[in-house]
Amino acid sequence: MSDLIRSTAAELAARIASREVSAVEVTQAHLDRIGEVDGAVNAFLHVDTEGALKAAREVDDDIAAGAHVGPLAGVPIALKDVLTTEGVPTTVGSKILEGWVPPYDATVTRRLKEAGVVILGKTNMDEFAMGSSTENSAYGPTRNPWDLDRIPGGSGGGSAAALAAFEAPLSIGTDTGGSIRQPGAVTGTVGVKPTYGGVSRYGLVAFSSSLDQAGPCARTVLDAALLHEVIAGYDPMDSTSINAPVPPVVAAAREGANGDLSGVRVGVVTQFSGEGYQPGVLRSFEAAVAQLKQLGAEIVEVSCPSFDYALPAYYLIAPSEASSNLARFDAMRYGIRVGDDSTRSAEEVMSLTREAGFGPEVKRRIMIGTYALSSGYYDAYYGSAQKVRTLISRDFEAAFATVDVLVSPTTPTTAFRIGERTGDPLAMYKADLCTIPANLAGNAAMSLPSGLSDEDGLPVGLQLMAPALQDHRMYRVAAAYEVARDAAAGAPLIQGVPQLAGAAR
Amino acid sequence: MTSVYELMDYAEVIERFDPVLGLEVHVELHTNTKMFCGCANVFGGEPNTQVCPTCLGMPGALPTLNGKAVESAIRIGLALNCEIAEWCRFARKNYFYPDMPKNFQTSQYDEPIAFNGFLDVTLDDGSLFRVEIERAHMEEDTGKSLHVGGSDGRIHGAEHSLLDYNRAGVPLIEIVTKPIEGTGERAPEVARAYVTALRDLLKALDVSDVRMDQGSLRCDANVSLMAKDATEFGTRTETKNVNSLRSVERAVRFEMTRQAAILVAGGKITQETRHFDESTGSTSPGRTKETAEDYRYFPEPDLTPIAPSREWVEELRGTLPELPWERRKRVQDEWSLTDAELRDLVNAGAVDLVAATVDAGATPAEARSWWVAYLTKEANNRGVELSELAITPAQIATVIGLVNSGELTNKLAREVVTGVLEGEGEPEAVIEARGLKVVSDDSALEKAVDEALAAQPDVAAKIRDGKVAAAGAIVGAVMKATKGQADAKRVRELIIARCS
Repeated sequence: MSDLIRSTAAELAARIASREVSAVEVTQAHLDRIGEVDGAVNAFLHVDTEGALKAAREVDDDIAAGAHVGPLAGVPIALKDVLTTEGVPTTVGSKILEGWVPPYDATVTRRLKEAGVVILGKTNMDEFAMGSSTENSAYGPTRNPWDLDRIPGGSGGGSAAALAAFEAPLSIGTDTGGSIRQPGAVTGTVGVKPTYGGVSRYGLVAFSSSLDQAGPCARTVLDAALLHEVIAGYDPMDSTSINAPVPPVVAAAREGANGDLSGVRVGVVTQFSGEGYQPGVLRSFEAAVAQLKQLGAEIVEVSCPSFDYALPAYYLIAPSEASSNLARFDAMRYGIRVGDDSTRSAEEVMSLTREAGFGPEVKRRIMIGTYALSSGYYDAYYGSAQKVRTLISRDFEAAFATVDVLVSPTTPTTAFRIGERTGDPLAMYKADLCTIPANLAGNAAMSLPSGLSDEDGLPVGLQLMAPALQDHRMYRVAAAYEVARDAAAGAPLIQGVPQLAGAAR
Repeated sequence: MTSVYELMDYAEVIERFDPVLGLEVHVELHTNTKMFCGCANVFGGEPNTQVCPTCLGMPGALPTLNGKAVESAIRIGLALNCEIAEWCRFARKNYFYPDMPKNFQTSQYDEPIAFNGFLDVTLDDGSLFRVEIERAHMEEDTGKSLHVGGSDGRIHGAEHSLLDYNRAGVPLIEIVTKPIEGTGERAPEVARAYVTALRDLLKALDVSDVRMDQGSLRCDANVSLMAKDATEFGTRTETKNVNSLRSVERAVRFEMTRQAAILVAGGKITQETRHFDESTGSTSPGRTKETAEDYRYFPEPDLTPIAPSREWVEELRGTLPELPWERRKRVQDEWSLTDAELRDLVNAGAVDLVAATVDAGATPAEARSWWVAYLTKEANNRGVELSELAITPAQIATVIGLVNSGELTNKLAREVVTGVLEGEGEPEAVIEARGLKVVSDDSALEKAVDEALAAQPDVAAKIRDGKVAAAGAIVGAVMKATKGQADAKRVRELIIARCS
């Protein structure tokens, strides 16, 4: 069965469509794998065995009946637990939503179901997507399949680890400041943050509304592109959804795989280098840039001076919006309720529930955001941060006037050890140094493996950034680079991940 | 907390102080659906049946804007002579309350859709008073809390509370006046006249049910007093729960007399929310807050900005109906009404009803006499609005026509109307069922006249002697004998003919 779990989504879809293998077999193989290794990895918060097998059977029936099925029909997927699933628990990694079963599907969930993609279950994450290591989950940390003592990145560590542990060929993440790309980078997988508004946020439990964006995670660029086209597109249920055609990312990935990047101008962001960057990460990045040049791309250095202020601006805007978005968790309509012994007022029950239900990082951000929005401080904090946001957008505009895509390391270091940064929030926040600007400006960005860092043997991510609605540009470059890198290395990076079978801890 | 207040005599209040008012009116729009979701916007449904993930504030749910509500907001702004924003946004007003699903209200803060307008209101003596409008903005309503076990339905003393989210997300327009100065002793009257004029305007625009009793029109009255020699406004109070036009007037008047007594005694007015009690006509402090509420407003990131094109605004301006005051001017001219007659007509809320009755064939005088004189009394007796009476202008016009043709006397006509009001059907059916046709057959009447004359020979003798006034007694007897179904004028003619 191991060929099924190691296959790409594109291969699986083709084999299922030709009835060489059934969707049920493919699903069962992944369910078996989850049963085998997830005790060690903890990528899943909830596995929906029955629902997955039922969905797989329906795809098999459709194919047997000769019905037209989508390009990913029958392929299993792991869904980040921040997206609502009707009838299947959704916790957002938080104790406050323990036991909550949503009455409705997120638009992403609905689109996956309509495309015949088989949802295996819900993946672990930092509570409310706040974190860079998945250590902030109320349900225990997820471990990095490359080294079980290390973090898988965050907040979407579960979705990335599930790919690297071959528990699923595809997964969905959400990216507010790097929560798709940074986990992708440290697990040697591909993660894409589409243009803001490209994928509906309806049913995505909000952390920071103006930054949150769901996107595809996979082990190859083409798989990510196939998934991108399934979940993207205008949704009238989300007012910030863009009413425009989905960028042709699959075609771009196929075109890129031909390996020719002549005529493509690639900008190297000079701000993302130097102090705080692990030398092995920078060496891997330089090799990747050299590889792109070899493929015919023109390489230029680009300065984006406002990017230096992205991290502080982000840590005002995101907590401000979060402080308001998380106000609804008040024990009145859903989630846990603490202290309701008929002697206490509604306000006291709200307060006790929030005290017990939210973890320390969530509380920290609610407090920062509440403070930043307070009367008398608004202009200095939230107002200034919004101005920085405008400056960052201008830096991107200026850069994209001269280059087609921008590149940088995805994250300054490789995966750190579990517990290493939990006592130092600022060190933790710096994991998102390179990924945050794209969230603030709303443009497209992705991470794909550039190799292993030579000093610790852990995966390094290459970040590509493209203008809004030009997501296909980065897919083309990424696909070309992926082919060249794998050819030079002799195999896809992910094949180097240690065997986990029987690795129960 | 004391329930007995020192109050100052009203005349003395006016002698010493100038009142300053600020009126905030919340109007529920009667759009088909809620402000940000597709749930039905209907008053009075079973609790928690008109709800969905969005208006329940479920995790992950998002708002989408009701275009019809924006259209209504712009039309209201235009009718209030406001400027319409070229670009504006929603904002989140953050505070915790159990009946507010998201614990923030999606509202507008520093970028209202309409601003800088005015409304000319007619006072009781027919004079106009201009009320300046600060702004009109869009927001969503909250759910409703029902506090159980307390003495008066308020949260204080309640054992538990029930929540109904049917109202959560209903579109609201909040209309805020600029400080209203220069009213003097007429402050309470101006407050009532303003809310009345606003209600009539909103009704004409057909954007809301404007039912104060159902909460689709709600008024908060801000009142403060300035000493005659003062240069700055005094501290204000905000009185809520003012649920009728009369209450608006009473609440303002009460606050003026209460505040004046405190100020004259050397006290200070506490800036607070107060609660109006209909039964006592007094106000009492609402929930007190130790610190000023900080709503932490910021632009709503889940909704895109609203930028109504100038073409659309002008198109909407073209849809404004004849506004109440324009209509009043026109009917006064067309129907040749004196100012007093117009005022009676307007105060009775009968302009539309009379106009419709005239359209159905009656003369303005006939229609007014029914609606303003007779039916207003009927409405009062039944405790309903004139427009809520179970009779239509067309039915009144029919009755008037039957009187004019002599088929009904005025007395019979009133009985027919009563039958219609009682739900007995169309006027014709009532006449049939109750047997109310005028007896116009002279031979039948002559017989009754002869009998009456024979029964009262002394009266008959007087009439024969030329004392025609005495005929009244015989007319009365004949009317009694015919159960009022005779035409009294014709009876009198017959009596005199018989006695000459």
